[in-house]
Amino acid sequence: MKKIGAEILIECLKEQGADTVFGYPGGAVLDIYDALYRDGTLNHVITAHEQGAAHAADGYARSTGKTGVVIATSGPGATNLVTGIATAFMDSVPLVAVTGNVGINFLGRDSFQEIDITGITLPVTKHNYIVKDVNELADTVREAFRIANSGRKGPVLIDILKNVQTAEAEYEPQKPLLPAHKPVRKGALTGAAEAINSAKKPLLMIGGGAIASEASAEILALAEKIGAPAACTLMGLGAFPASHPLFCGMMGMHGTHTAAKLCMESDCIIALGTRFSDRVALNRDKFAEGKSVVQIDIDDAEIDKNVTATHSVLGDIKEALKTLLPMLEPVKNRAFAQTAQAYKAEEKAGAKAPELGHKILIEAAKLAPEGSVVATDVGQHQMWTAQYFPVERPRALCTSGGLGTMGYGMGAAIGAAFGTKKHVVLVTGDGSFNMNLNELSTAVTNNLPITILLMNNRALGMVRQWQKLFYKNRFSQTNVHKKTDYVKFAESFGATGLRIEKEEEIAPVLQRAFSISSPVLVDCRVSEDENVLPMIKPGQTYDTIMTEWEES
Amino acid sequence: MNQYTISALVSNKSGVLTRVAALFARRGYNIHSLSVCTTEDPALSRMTIVLNGDEYILSQMMKQMDKLIDVKKIKRVEEGAVYRELLLAKVKTDASTRSAVIELCQIFRANVIDISPETLVLELTGKPVKLDGFVNMLLPYGIVELARTGVTAISRGKRCIKDEADYKEKI
Repeated sequence: MKKIGAEILIECLKEQGADTVFGYPGGAVLDIYDALYRDGTLNHVITAHEQGAAHAADGYARSTGKTGVVIATSGPGATNLVTGIATAFMDSVPLVAVTGNVGINFLGRDSFQEIDITGITLPVTKHNYIVKDVNELADTVREAFRIANSGRKGPVLIDILKNVQTAEAEYEPQKPLLPAHKPVRKGALTGAAEAINSAKKPLLMIGGGAIASEASAEILALAEKIGAPAACTLMGLGAFPASHPLFCGMMGMHGTHTAAKLCMESDCIIALGTRFSDRVALNRDKFAEGKSVVQIDIDDAEIDKNVTATHSVLGDIKEALKTLLPMLEPVKNRAFAQTAQAYKAEEKAGAKAPELGHKILIEAAKLAPEGSVVATDVGQHQMWTAQYFPVERPRALCTSGGLGTMGYGMGAAIGAAFGTKKHVVLVTGDGSFNMNLNELSTAVTNNLPITILLMNNRALGMVRQWQKLFYKNRFSQTNVHKKTDYVKFAESFGATGLRIEKEEEIAPVLQRAFSISSPVLVDCRVSEDENVLPMIKPGQTYDTIMTEWEES
Repeated sequence: MNQYTISALVSNKSGVLTRVAALFARRGYNIHSLSVCTTEDPALSRMTIVLNGDEYILSQMMKQMDKLIDVKKIKRVEEGAVYRELLLAKVKTDASTRSAVIELCQIFRANVIDISPETLVLELTGKPVKLDGFVNMLLPYGIVELARTGVTAISRGKRCIKDEADYKEKI
């Protein structure tokens, strides 16, 4: 049947299983929005800003495993997506971004709201397209979804010229293309199995790839079969149940002392979907010195990129582990697992009394409705969430790891609320929240069950912490001291505003907050001197882990 | 620092060179030369890239390039392959030096393409080191203008680049 380009786009989005898309209309996408209106079956969420829409599509994708879709107009609409696309790119989140552009007669003439968005997004997309022929539109959209979901997932951008949106072409519905897939090489697994079987102290290091691969069950089976302790990177949190006895917490710059000690003592690191980033490996040359490293990753370019693997397996983690598991010898009561238990107990016993922000998170984890998703922004509150808010299942945490995007959380929380239909706890800081607080209006308009725990220390805590540590307390531009009354702010947006100032307020205020199924903002007045510990300084080795604050 | 040569078949579309060049720039790879041409298949272009670096950079560059959707096939060109480059040089000559330059051309099997009272335009095809040698010999006469295409390469025997596995098929 004949359809215009804008209609073909909407049909193709539906073909690909999109039920909710996020976006913002404008001149160059008027025809797309008209087709959306006339179609009436695709749920579209309008945000306050295109960046919020991009983060929402990202949060939707992370929390559901489906591909997020965001639509924006040309020029500033498109450039406002860039941070959101880059965030998704760094964390390998499947996203399809659709932008309009000026018509072919205006292209390349610096026309109103014309921008080379394919050029701009080139380094932050897996691939991008500019569609100049309506006959290529349907297949381009299909291919975009396939690329976003194949191999190492990531964002794809499709820039559609205005004249393409109105031109007619033949359209025939098609089933979605399956993501490209390749079986794991058995030979590579034999070496990996030998390395694991001969290891005395294997440690599982679980990254975001484990979640993308939906490999949690296989990873749990692996840990239990060989009796190996498991640690997650920030991106891997949730891939291994936090309450499991073999779980040793997060590893990396602000990981647990237990994970750091186990990592140092381990003779075999089993790296599952992690790229050994500088925030995890820290000193990449020393990180795995003298150990065997079994690395399973779907991206060939990640193998040996930062840390050299002694045994690498290219392929999907779930598939690889299915074949690998029968090749492994079961180990009962492994001494290293007992060491892990001892370290965990020691760390717990030696822990200092948690500060107000930590206590709020510990309590929130207990009181949050069953099945809640946690979203964070970036900074101290993000690390506190990773440390104090146990994540039991994959896709229950949305956080910007690679790009570290302050302002990510509000949009992500909205996307996760739409995607999962569950309660969302957004943990944010006053610095991050101020970057995209406009999206609270989107949450209110859509009556979303989002509880915002705003860790308000009137400062840019993480940067301030680094200034304490490395810049002799010269707090350049980090003691912000905004006069904002966030309770009134929340109320003015139509949300509920609550406040926690003292410990005894935590439980009653959180109980009230979680009993409300519309947006609630809790202004948590934490001290600007709460720090994130433990900490391994950048580029340092794990043995230098700092568990007590050292004044500079 | 070593030199490596990579051949790649890429989509014959606008913007592909930008994607490849942008990848080199942001990953900090140091390219010695890059040549692009059409192939027997109108849908594909061929890129020949000479890279300065080590085995790590070579491996990363090939893997990262392979991830580009428009890069269809990629292979490292083996040392025994056929490497060729074309050189065009405009050399200052007058009656007193012309015959000496023409004699050089005979030794290097270069062609004289154009002649004027003050200049000769010379053409030479060969391995890059042969071209380097030719340039060195021409220098005393005065090179007015020099154009080199960058190296292009093809493997010997029946094995061809299309036999290489493709990342997009692999994953």
